[in-house]
Order: sequence, then structure tokens, then C-alpha cells
Amino acid sequence: MSDLTKTPGNEGGGAGAAEVPPELIKAVPVRHYGRWLGAVVVLALLAMLVVAFAGADIDWSVVGSYLDDDTIVAGARRTLWITLLSMLIGVGLGVTLAVMRLSKNPVLSGVAWGYIWFFRGTPVLVQLVLWFNLSYVFDTLNLGFYKDEMNDVMTPFLAALLGLGLNEAAYMAEIARAGILSVDQGQTEAAHALGMSRARTTRRIVLPQAMRVIIPPTGNEFINMLKTSSLAYVIYYEELFRAADTISSRNLAVMELLFVATVWYLILTTVFSIGQFYLERYYAKGSSRQLPPTPWQRIRAQLTSFRPKNTVGGVTV
Amino acid sequence: MTGHPMVKAERVHKSFGLIPVLRGIDLEVRAGEVFCVVGPSGSGKSTFLRCINHLEKINGGRLYVDGQLVGYRQKGDKLYEMREREVAAQRRDIGMVFQRFNLFPHMTAAQNVMEAPMQVKGLRRAEARERAEQLLARVGLADRMDTYPSQLSGGQQQRVAIARALAMDPKLMLFDEPTSALDPELVGEVLDVMRGLAEEGMTMIVVTHEMGFAREVGDSLVFMDEGVVVESGRPRDVLGSPRHERTRAFLSKVL
Repeated sequence: MSDLTKTPGNEGGGAGAAEVPPELIKAVPVRHYGRWLGAVVVLALLAMLVVAFAGADIDWSVVGSYLDDDTIVAGARRTLWITLLSMLIGVGLGVTLAVMRLSKNPVLSGVAWGYIWFFRGTPVLVQLVLWFNLSYVFDTLNLGFYKDEMNDVMTPFLAALLGLGLNEAAYMAEIARAGILSVDQGQTEAAHALGMSRARTTRRIVLPQAMRVIIPPTGNEFINMLKTSSLAYVIYYEELFRAADTISSRNLAVMELLFVATVWYLILTTVFSIGQFYLERYYAKGSSRQLPPTPWQRIRAQLTSFRPKNTVGGVTV
Repeated sequence: MTGHPMVKAERVHKSFGLIPVLRGIDLEVRAGEVFCVVGPSGSGKSTFLRCINHLEKINGGRLYVDGQLVGYRQKGDKLYEMREREVAAQRRDIGMVFQRFNLFPHMTAAQNVMEAPMQVKGLRRAEARERAEQLLARVGLADRMDTYPSQLSGGQQQRVAIARALAMDPKLMLFDEPTSALDPELVGEVLDVMRGLAEEGMTMIVVTHEMGFAREVGDSLVFMDEGVVVESGRPRDVLGSPRHERTRAFLSKVL
């Protein structure tokens, strides 16, 4: 057994320390006039934008007062709710479809292919309206154990959920498939060689590694879904956009309420972006030598390292 | 060597599509033996190793491990393919070490070693952890329990991989070019661990390019080329005074 605790070259360090350190370079840095010019132009344009909106015929106090309006908050809650549920359907069904597509059974992989082909190939707006109008072709829903008028069953909520969720599943299937395929074949072989079954190998070895590839685009899909859910407006689902529209059709403050909706969408997407960062960090375990620092860690590092740094040839001395 | 036959191959054939890779392998590995397989790349030596734990299906002949047919059940003259569960049960007793380590990157060294005992044998976490501690100490990595593979050197990773295979208490260890992906200065530490295993009497089949190791530690050696065993015997004899022209040509290139 080789000795691992041995640290080679300790004697070399003493000799180096005795040497006179090289003289620090004090050079005049290059002036980047272009950068200054670019910054000035962009700031000027920004200022013009702010001035334009400040002078526009917008009643900002209306925007402020409607931000916590009950109808708006209820709408934001529904937007969040339909997004969560649709993504749940999307991820669950999507992973199932991905496994089906990778299956050796030609019927399973064929059906999965057909599903993805159909739902990815048609606009989600059309799908929403299709579900909503299902009662034109099936006037009753009969599941054997459950029977009802289709009109009563297919509420705006259910139509939105099916339209958004089933469409999302098609996209999630492709994302999950890419993730599963990204895991090295050697991982499966190593697990099999240890006597692990196929199902256990998928669950314990392949999927956790696939997650690293699956999470970032899924976070993207989540944020997309928060916004796409506004399409449910057309089938009278009372989400954020329709809530804003309902109010503005009463008080005619159209732009003001659009701003209110915009602010709420930004709040929701920002919160999800932060959640995504931590989720990605969790699944990066072991894949990179050092996890990226959280914003807090970064701030703390900044605060504790405010001593001036002197560098010679890129090495801090 | 006097042990009972641990691996027995009779006219083993294997082809990938139309391309034959193994064209009738006959050999016998006895319990407690260190059996080295050498040969040029593409000679089928790795494929043969993978057939032994059924990572590859053979197309002809018979392959036995510890008296049991690998991957099939025989009733009369008929062969039945084994179910997934039976294949997995067979593999439990055969440890394998890969050229590219194939450690699970999302698990620490200890978790890599604990995974199969916990998932397959149903060991409790504390027991598995204790066992992992012993095994990692044995390969000289007791202080690396909670380190992820990406933070280990190649030699350390391969030693964790050996510990992981040993965790299932195998009766046979397969080594598929375990040092070929390592920097030259790291080869020694892995070979040291393997030498220790051999001294403890582990049955080992080692596909390798390390002729020094084969000569020193090996009990038997076969030279394979183009899917057949060209020459076999004691490592000293085959490597020292090869009888076949092909063996001589190969050895002149690698020694």
C-alpha cells in the first residue's frame, strides 16, 4: 500500500521563502474609453424611457392600490395553482412517456412517440379551446363508475388543467429522455454488475444523475408555464390576467391593471428562479468539485475579504 | 493450484451482429487462482470478461461459474433464459472492476461502497457504513469516506471501485484493464491492492497490459488474439518463452 499521507516536496518550500520576492509591478492600466461611452449611451436611453413613462397618462397610484386587491391576489393564486398542477401532470406523465419511448416494446415507444408528435405539434391555445368545447362532441362523460353531463365536468379549470398539463407532458418527455440518455452506460453496467435490478438501477443510479440535466430546462418550463397559463384567459379561467381584465373593464384603467398583472408575473417568476437555483445546487452534488456559492455565501465572502489584494503574475501575495 | 473450477468456458462464441468477437474459448479458472488475460485490443478479452457476469450474452458454447451455467437454466437439452432477478442473483457473487472505474458520481466513496449491500442485501445503514469503513481502510482510503469521486485521483477512484466490488463478498473478481485509464505514477497503488487481494486467496480474472504484474502475481495466463486463446500456461513460461509467433509478435511490442 502506498502511503497517502506523505506530502512531497516539503523541503522545497523553505528554500523558496528565503529568496527575495520580485518587485511588484506598478503599471498604468489601459483606459477603456469605449466602455465609458457605451455606459453613457445606455444610461441615457434608460433615462429617456423612465421620463417617457413618468410623463405618460398612467395613474401610478392606481397601479399601487390594485397590487393587493382581492381579485388580483385570488387571480395570482389561481395562476400559481394551475401552474403547479399542470407541471405536476407534465412531469409525471412526461417521465412516464420518456421511459416508454426508451422501452424495447415497440407498442409502448410508438404510442409515446405519437403522443409527443400530436401534443407538441399543435398550439396550446387550440388545445385549450378544444378541451373547453368537448361537450359539442361528447354531451355526457361516462367512465363506467362515473357519469355526468360533459358541460358540468369540463369547467374552465379542468379544461385549463388538461390543456396545459397534457401539452406540457410532451415537452417534459423530451427533456426527461435527454436526461436519461445523458447518463453514461457504464453507470448502468456497474450497478448491474453489483447485482442491482433494472428498476433499482433506474431509481437509485440513473434518475438521480439524469436530474442534473433535467432540472434546468424543467425550471425553464415552470417559468414558461406561469406565463402560458395566461392563455386560459380565453376559456374564462379566472387567473391573474383575467382578473386584471375583469377589473379594468369596470374601471377602464387598462394600462394600470396590465402593469399590476406584469408586476405579479415578475414576482412569481422571480420566486421560482430563486427556488430553481437551490434545486440545481442540490443536484450538482458530486458532479463539480465545488458547489457554486449561494448569494448569501457570496455576500459573506465579500464582507470578510475587503482587505486590499496585491497580486504578482496572478498569484496573491 | 488445486481449487475446484470457479469458471469454466467450453467453446464460447460471441458475435456482435455479424462480427464474431469470441470464436470458441475453452479455459478453466480454479478457485483461489489469479488468472491473467493478455492480448491486443480487439482480441475479445474484455468481451469474454463481460460474458462471465452476463453483461454480454454468449451465442454459443457453455460458460459456468462455480458449476452454474451463466444466464441460462438447462432442463434436459433445452436452455431457458434466466429472468432478470436470477441473473442479478448470479452477479451478486461476482465483483467487477472497470477500466473507467464507473463510480456513482452522485455518491460519496462510502455511499458507493454501501449502495449494493443496502439495496441488494438489505443491510442496515449502520452495518453497511461499518463495512464500508473496513473496506476503504483496506484499500488505504479510510480518510476519504465522505469524499465524492470527482475529488479523488484516478488511482483513488479505482481503489474505491475495488472496495465497492468487495462489499458484496464476491467469490470471484473480474478486473477489466483496471490500470489502463490511470496516469503511470498511479498504477502502482492499484496493483498493490490487487496483490493484497491475491495473497488473501481471492479468485481473480485480470485483463491487463501490466506484464510485470501478470508475471509476478499471476498463477495462469492466456494470450488471446482474434477471439481465440492462442497460448496458455504459467505466466513465466508464456511471457518468457512464447511458443507461438503471434504471442511473440505481441510481446515484442509491449514488453
